[in-house]
Amino acid sequence: MSNVFTIPVVLGIIYSGLRLATPYLYAAIGEAFAQNSGVYNLGVDGIMLMGAFSGFYVGMKTGNLWWGLLAAMGVGLLMGLLMAVVSVTLKAEQGISGIGLYMFGLGLSSLLFKKTMSGVESISGFQPVRIPLLGNIPYLGDVLFNHNLLVYGAFLLVPLASFILYKTPFGLMIRAVGQNPQAADTLGINVDRIRYITVSLGGMLAGIAGASLSISLINLFQENMTSGMGFIAIALVYFGSWRPLGILGGALLFSFVNALQLWLQVLGVNFPYDFAVMLPYAMTILALAISVRRAAMPDALGKPFERGEF
Amino acid sequence: MSTQVLGLDGRLPTGQMRIEEMRMVGIVKRFPGVLANDHVDFDVRAGEIHALLGENGAGKTTLMRQLYGLYRPDAGKILINGVEQHFNSPQDAIRAGIGMIHQHFMLVPSLTVVENVALGLKSSRGILLDLDRVEKRVRELSEQYGLKVDPKAYVWQLAVGEQQRVEILKALYRGAALLILDEPTAVLTPQEVEDLFRTLRQMARDGHALIFISHKLHEVLAISDRVTVLRDGRVVGTRPTHETNKSELAQMMVGRPVILQYERPPAQLGEVRLAIENLVVGGDRGHDAVRNVSLEVHAGEIVGLAGVSGNGQRELAEALAGLRPVKSGRILLCGKDITHEPPGARIALGQSYIPEERLRDGTIKQFSVADNLILEDHHKPPFSRKIFLDFNAIREISERLVREYNVKTPSVDTPVKNLSGGNIQKLILARELSRRPKVLIASQPTRGVDIGATEYIHQRLLEQRQAGTAILLISEDLDEIRALSDRIAVIYEGEIVGIVDGPSATAEQLGLMMAGVREGGQHHLEKIRL
Repeated sequence: MSNVFTIPVVLGIIYSGLRLATPYLYAAIGEAFAQNSGVYNLGVDGIMLMGAFSGFYVGMKTGNLWWGLLAAMGVGLLMGLLMAVVSVTLKAEQGISGIGLYMFGLGLSSLLFKKTMSGVESISGFQPVRIPLLGNIPYLGDVLFNHNLLVYGAFLLVPLASFILYKTPFGLMIRAVGQNPQAADTLGINVDRIRYITVSLGGMLAGIAGASLSISLINLFQENMTSGMGFIAIALVYFGSWRPLGILGGALLFSFVNALQLWLQVLGVNFPYDFAVMLPYAMTILALAISVRRAAMPDALGKPFERGEF
Repeated sequence: MSTQVLGLDGRLPTGQMRIEEMRMVGIVKRFPGVLANDHVDFDVRAGEIHALLGENGAGKTTLMRQLYGLYRPDAGKILINGVEQHFNSPQDAIRAGIGMIHQHFMLVPSLTVVENVALGLKSSRGILLDLDRVEKRVRELSEQYGLKVDPKAYVWQLAVGEQQRVEILKALYRGAALLILDEPTAVLTPQEVEDLFRTLRQMARDGHALIFISHKLHEVLAISDRVTVLRDGRVVGTRPTHETNKSELAQMMVGRPVILQYERPPAQLGEVRLAIENLVVGGDRGHDAVRNVSLEVHAGEIVGLAGVSGNGQRELAEALAGLRPVKSGRILLCGKDITHEPPGARIALGQSYIPEERLRDGTIKQFSVADNLILEDHHKPPFSRKIFLDFNAIREISERLVREYNVKTPSVDTPVKNLSGGNIQKLILARELSRRPKVLIASQPTRGVDIGATEYIHQRLLEQRQAGTAILLISEDLDEIRALSDRIAVIYEGEIVGIVDGPSATAEQLGLMMAGVREGGQHHLEKIRL
């Protein structure tokens, strides 16, 4: 088996790993914003499906992928807003409303797909952009600096999210609202408004995550094409202890293992297919069980805020 | 105090304008089913500490939350320097120069001191945090007011007294000219209380207006210039502090004369009923919360366990009740080793337990009064015969207990959650004491209970002592410990610092021990005063 891992194969694994990590990064970082403010949104996968559909459909109809991306963002934002209304204003049980949102996204995207398209069609998605200079580095240039814009965007989102959460007054407010909303309230911070912003932002990023599948990585739409990626993204938030850098680590680990098993299949290595497919998920469960630092969890996660209950 | 003494320009040392006078006039606040404030008039002036005294539920906190913009009054006016104010949120109140130190600290433990202070404020650097500048100002203020705290420490690392200083700094940083302190001493050692009082007196001298909410008479007498007493949402009266005394204030609070000193005949010691030997118990965060504790309680005595909240009392009580595993050491109940026995076995041997969280651990709040009264003994006569509950007997006995123990409830079918704290506590007392326990573990039996019910509970505990029960009284209320205990053990960081004779112990001596100073010795751990 040792002769399988030639340099081109290793480079190939890294290249696909980075691509595969893209949707997880958007979705998980979006979810991290919401969770740091105290709201968990289990509907991420449903939002991703709607994002994937609207990105694909609008991109195909207009012939302009940017309109598709914008549509995916808009739809994601609206679904995030819906989640915020139900969980922040109406104070519903977040787990249940999230599952509801997931079912809604799953059903609606399938319905729209059947009504608007005759079958699975493909599209020419965002093309790779080679970064000047860096892209010319031997080996690494091809693997790291020759991706499409959505892949770059996902990786730039990590430091950006870190910066917002830890270096700005807005980030401080988000974390305070998630840890002790009563304290934030007594300082005149509008707890509900912060949560509306983070949950909507999370929805928008989940929309982009979906679009990254349908117009930049796989370049087609089919029913339930995420097959649970949104839930893995939520697990990554826990895995990363609610910090963008931790999420990046988790997303890379998961994606590289996934890329590895794909390549093993492609190369025809004699390894049972079912186990290969199972591998990344089994890894995730294992890593979650070992790594989650409950101490890092926002104290008010999942708890609706009501003034006067203190 | 006249304005002249305080300087003429009307400014505080922090540079803020003073609040010369704040008046609340005819404040009415209703909650569903409750009239929390009924035409309350209240005022405070610059340079004054005005105490707001009353039982739990008298409406003190509700009144102050309206001043801080957390609630809006249903009727009445708030005037600052004669100008009417309309506060829609704490932000408005903060802008008007009002600060509030809440009973439960409003801090985010995972953030640093500086981050907590900067929270929600505009940064001088736009979208970037300006923590250096905040830190500099925090250092200045803490210097100015003697509020020692490390600005870079995380709040979860701080002792309770330090957290309170952070709260005060937070208010000062926001330019508070009027400061509301809601039960600020509840979590402090006597020495920390002294430090706090020193700070408060200095602030008053500098021209701040201070409102001090409390239900502790001696503190109110020690710190305030004037006292206003609230009862059932109404103002009973306002007195200059030097013209009043403990018994007058207590009577104003409760509405009838109150016994402040109990008759306590000397203890008739019997055999050792409860023996704790070298007990080690783990805490919630993996550390040892109780460390090598040994203690004996004899029949007919009350042993008080004093200590500041969070020093292992809760874990010890839970281990004694069988609710928390013991790591090492032994517990003997009437000579029998029960270290690893489940709660049921201890109850069967005659141990009763009054838990600190009466709603969570002491009762099932959705159940009726009667159901709660038979929780422990429902499976045996007289409450059941064979496999059936005997409802007639249950009703009869419950009604008798409710009468005997003065539990105020519409009926024995009322869900416990509808009762007041004091009445729930009397209900638990009725259940535990009517079993004629050999050993009683009473954990914070009067926390959050009004003076009237406290007096009643204390009398009942002393009666049990006379009847020969061995009582371990775990309490953070030093007055309670001193009033009831024959011997006092002091716990600090999970260890017994010393055991002293109850009647002769002084508050000073106990306070030092509660801060970790060994009996007659030097400092146990240096970290207390940094």
